[in-house]
Amino acid sequence: MLMRMSKIVRFSADLLYAGILIFGFYVIMHGHLTPGGGFQGGAVIATAVALIIVAYSYEDLLAMVSKLRFIVQESAGLVLFLGIALVAVGFGTTVFANYLANSGSLFGMVVPFGSNPGELNTGGVMPLMNIAVGLEVWGALALVVLYMLSGIREKEA
Amino acid sequence: MISEFIIQNAPALLIAVPLLGAFLSPLIGRISRDVRALWVLAIITLTTLLGLLVAYLVYTGGTLIYVFGAAAPTLSIPMDSGGIPIRIILTLDALSALMVIMTVTVGFSVILYSLSSDSRRSGLEAYYTLFLLLIASVLGMFTTGDLFNFFVFLEISSLAAAGLVAYKVEKGKAVEAGLKFLMVSAIGGVFFLLATGILYGQYNALNIAMLASMIQWTPLDKLALVLIIVALAAKCGSVPMHYWTPDAYSMAPAAVTAMLVVVSQASLYGLFRFCFTLYGLTLTYAVIGWTLITLGVLSMVVGVTMAIPQKDIKRLMAYHSISQTGYMLLGVGVGLAVLGDQALLSSYGFTAIEGGIFHIFNNALYKGLLFLTAGAVILRIGTSDMNRMGGLGHNMKWTMILFIIGALAIAGIPPFNGFASKFLIYESVFAFNPILSIIAMVVSILTLASFVKVFHSVFMGPRLPEYADVKEAPASLLIGMAILSGLVIITGLFPEFFVQHLIAPAAHALADQSGYLAAVLGGA
Repeated sequence: MLMRMSKIVRFSADLLYAGILIFGFYVIMHGHLTPGGGFQGGAVIATAVALIIVAYSYEDLLAMVSKLRFIVQESAGLVLFLGIALVAVGFGTTVFANYLANSGSLFGMVVPFGSNPGELNTGGVMPLMNIAVGLEVWGALALVVLYMLSGIREKEA
Repeated sequence: MISEFIIQNAPALLIAVPLLGAFLSPLIGRISRDVRALWVLAIITLTTLLGLLVAYLVYTGGTLIYVFGAAAPTLSIPMDSGGIPIRIILTLDALSALMVIMTVTVGFSVILYSLSSDSRRSGLEAYYTLFLLLIASVLGMFTTGDLFNFFVFLEISSLAAAGLVAYKVEKGKAVEAGLKFLMVSAIGGVFFLLATGILYGQYNALNIAMLASMIQWTPLDKLALVLIIVALAAKCGSVPMHYWTPDAYSMAPAAVTAMLVVVSQASLYGLFRFCFTLYGLTLTYAVIGWTLITLGVLSMVVGVTMAIPQKDIKRLMAYHSISQTGYMLLGVGVGLAVLGDQALLSSYGFTAIEGGIFHIFNNALYKGLLFLTAGAVILRIGTSDMNRMGGLGHNMKWTMILFIIGALAIAGIPPFNGFASKFLIYESVFAFNPILSIIAMVVSILTLASFVKVFHSVFMGPRLPEYADVKEAPASLLIGMAILSGLVIITGLFPEFFVQHLIAPAAHALADQSGYLAAVLGGA
């Protein structure tokens, strides 16, 4: 018999879930403009995973997504981060160089002088790295929660 | 074209390659165990080649720097920064290069060993990820020229090593050892971070060379140095912060233990690097030198006396590691104690530093070898209790020979490498203070006695009925051990060559603060 919260709690969690995701992605995407960044945003999104576990159950969550998905996501985030850093060598600069900044392409807008509302399309590789870190932290923290719960039984053995 | 890229970016690739291997191994491991083994082997081979390349570049071309994110690898001070190195800079002098050589050789051997000895365990996707992360973090600690960056790699090494120590679980005993290690490391890490914060708050810089050019020996600097020494001495397992070592070393898989020796040497490297390069002549060298000497003598004596009554073979070896760490602290401590006196420094101070550094290098080789032989024995008979061993020399001849090489090396018997480095230490320490040298010799004799006991109770005696059909260790274990023992013999037979071409440049690089500063700050 699975332990689930009442329908009211589950419905509220469903509602909150979308809000948490949007806020998490907002923090990740605006990492180069506002406080926060990939790690913080990823942690926010991982709390959405934890919320689903609390409102539904461990088994329900595993029926929705597999652990493998989080493992792939974690590794992909890390490889993406390292890859973005290493690609810089191809531009004749050093590892971690910001080859996209002020280039006019993706995230390559020159930051306008003076006070401005915050231009999202700036920062070069930094927003990309924030996204990579966000993916990694989302996957990793979700895995941490899942592994912690996998040792807990519903009833005394 | 490609080779030029590699040479130019070798210091960064040295850390990036094992990191990439670590991140991808959980995914690649899903294909099959064999593909994962091949992947790990390819990554460690590539890392080893890069490590040797970097060391070659440093020994032929002098101190190497690599500036992350700059337009060119050597552009340490950007035009518009006002003479301040703002980026993370890898700084490799001869000492770093020597340590990189040590790490990649030991890393390569233990991965070879581990691929066979641990191939049938569960949870390997995490195991190899952590193992490669551990190697990457140690390489990072040896190569970084940035105080905060050192802290980051220190923390990565603590977390990865704690996970690996706890890996076998062993009814919770290994987990306890891992947790103990994590506690000590975390407290050490916090101390180190506090010291970093104190220095950053005063001088607005994190680059070691930049800090060294401004440091003053204010009361806050003294506090920072105390925190750094305590944190790193705890991490390298020096008495009186040694209590995590026996648990962690005996509970970890053998290959991990051999790597943990290198990890503790990395903390020792940090300790020496910060005393000599960061503080240099500003610190009261006699007092700090004697502090290191006291820690060293305590570690030597307590380590070896605690080792003698042990019944568990890996626990015994763990206590010997503590005792060997004492030699390094003693050697380099003597060098530090006479740092300000040029005459004494050139008469015996440099020899003492050379002895200490040579001992770090040698210890990683023979100690790694000994832990691997112990692991091979435990793999075949399933117990680490020496009272239940005996007569294994009949069935495990090669393991026995490799063990003898390691045991004679650690006891300082010529022609093995332990003798060469211990001799340098005895000789120079005798000129400094004869009593210390006598203590070091007595400890060496006790080490020999202890290993004669191990040898006798494990390998000698009649063939025991329960071990009648024990087989020799598998070939890949033997190859891993043979690489290390070959190096033990070569460094023991030609110490003159090694001291002249590898150790002496490293010792001079450690004592030469202005050279380090000039390499980063451009002679300013």
